[in-house]
Amino acid sequence: MPRSALTGSRIRDRRTAKGLKQADLAREVGISPSYLNLIEHNRRRIGGKLLIDLSRVLEVEATQLTEGAEAALLTRMRQAAADTHKTAAEEDRADEFAGRFPGWAGLVAAQHDRIAQLERTVETLTDRLTHDPFLSTSLYDVVSSVTSIRSTSSILVGEEELDDEWQARFLQNLDNDSRRLAESSQALVAYLDGVGDAQGGATSPQEELEGYLLRNNYTLPALEDGSATPQDLVADAALASEPAQILALTYFKRYAADAEHLPLQSFAERYAATPDPAVLAETYRTDIATILRRIATLPDRDAEQRIGLVSCDASGTLTFRKESPGFSIPKFGAACPLWPLYQALIRPHSPVAAIVEQASRTAPLFRCYAIAQPLRPARFQGPDVIEATMLIIPLEGAHELATGVQAQPIGSSCRICPREACIARREPSILADGF
Amino acid sequence: MGKHVLLIEDEPNIIEAIKFILSRDGWSVDTHSNGANAIERVQSMRPDLVILDVMLPNKSGYDILRDLRDNPMTAKLPVLMLTARGQTKDRELAERLGVNEFITKPFSNSDILASVRALAGAG
Repeated sequence: MPRSALTGSRIRDRRTAKGLKQADLAREVGISPSYLNLIEHNRRRIGGKLLIDLSRVLEVEATQLTEGAEAALLTRMRQAAADTHKTAAEEDRADEFAGRFPGWAGLVAAQHDRIAQLERTVETLTDRLTHDPFLSTSLYDVVSSVTSIRSTSSILVGEEELDDEWQARFLQNLDNDSRRLAESSQALVAYLDGVGDAQGGATSPQEELEGYLLRNNYTLPALEDGSATPQDLVADAALASEPAQILALTYFKRYAADAEHLPLQSFAERYAATPDPAVLAETYRTDIATILRRIATLPDRDAEQRIGLVSCDASGTLTFRKESPGFSIPKFGAACPLWPLYQALIRPHSPVAAIVEQASRTAPLFRCYAIAQPLRPARFQGPDVIEATMLIIPLEGAHELATGVQAQPIGSSCRICPREACIARREPSILADGF
Repeated sequence: MGKHVLLIEDEPNIIEAIKFILSRDGWSVDTHSNGANAIERVQSMRPDLVILDVMLPNKSGYDILRDLRDNPMTAKLPVLMLTARGQTKDRELAERLGVNEFITKPFSNSDILASVRALAGAG
């Protein structure tokens, strides 16, 4: 039976759950019991005042009795069932469950959302703990100091015939190591305090700049209308570290140049009419990377549909990250080598377009455009400096794919990617059982 | 006793402590604190046993161990490895490369001494 026809079933379930007789409910809302019977057996559609009256008497939101409000809840419940392979939820009875127990159904969906959010936090923290060079160095310092202190103190305590010179040397070593341990521990505590919030806590100049841009939704009106210079904006941004200010100045200068060349209003209109970066590049007589960057600075319609952008240098190191929801970008270490970004990097000047599917529970799809090109004009001397840029546009679902088009499976980084059989895997994943 | 140990470690105070413990036990101890030319040092000094740290400047202890095992002159040289990382995979990697003994930092002096004595006896 189609879900649209089940409003009556939900009314019946809710009525019986409240212990109301059909005749009593009919009287309360001013209709005949036989008409209510037809409604409850899904033979009459209802809406408007009658629906509101029924929901009032049944003490439930009207939207919970109708299909529209329940559709999203059912989708989340089915996603929860699909993601939890080890249980055998009666998926064909999800409608009935949500109709009879909307509170419990909401709880199932909310817990599923919460689990997904916690998994993202775990991914972020795992990524940070595994690849963070500061953490690694600090812990190594701590262990080295403790090793030295333990060994030296054992000598001082255990050696009965230790002459004064050796004793003085070991005491001096002990003092040095204890000071070093204190400093390492303090630095570590300060650092860990800073990363308590897995979503925040900038640990590098790049993260500091990206945090600023995120707070401003990646659109900078003062540079769009020329009311501020890049230098003004750096001062205004109040970034804590000097390296972050230097990175910001470079970014703002490029942003201002792009904004001058491709004015926001007209560019947005042209992009809406022709969302093909290659066509736009031809129209504006510019390169594709500039177009990709500019698209990523257009105001997003909503945060869930935010367009992402990543850049990397020739070593593959990510030099810029603007996340699109569901497209996980590692903060440390290498990303997935199957990203179109890296496919572009191995073929400079050749644009790459691909539909990709990220490795997560919801398997979100994205349309990616990428290109790698030199950062400066060609010259005979000196090494080329290449930058690859990739635009990440979220798709609503598989229905947006053209017939016969398959999405390329990708991940974030090997360590937290569940695709065990991936041909590009560098190292085993810490995620087991499709976590 | 009276055998010769080469300690390859870059932390000065750890070097001093280990050198003291082994010297008191009758060992002749030389030290080297850089990964870059550690192999050459081993070949020129021909020690009876090598104590090798994993985290060294310029070249890791794992790479040094691999090179030692690839060279017929040092393929059977007893190697005691010291590491701050005691995870199973680190131990497995060291064993795959041919380590004789693996000790996790922070260690006790008696552990070091016992391992060195055992390895030298077997060497």
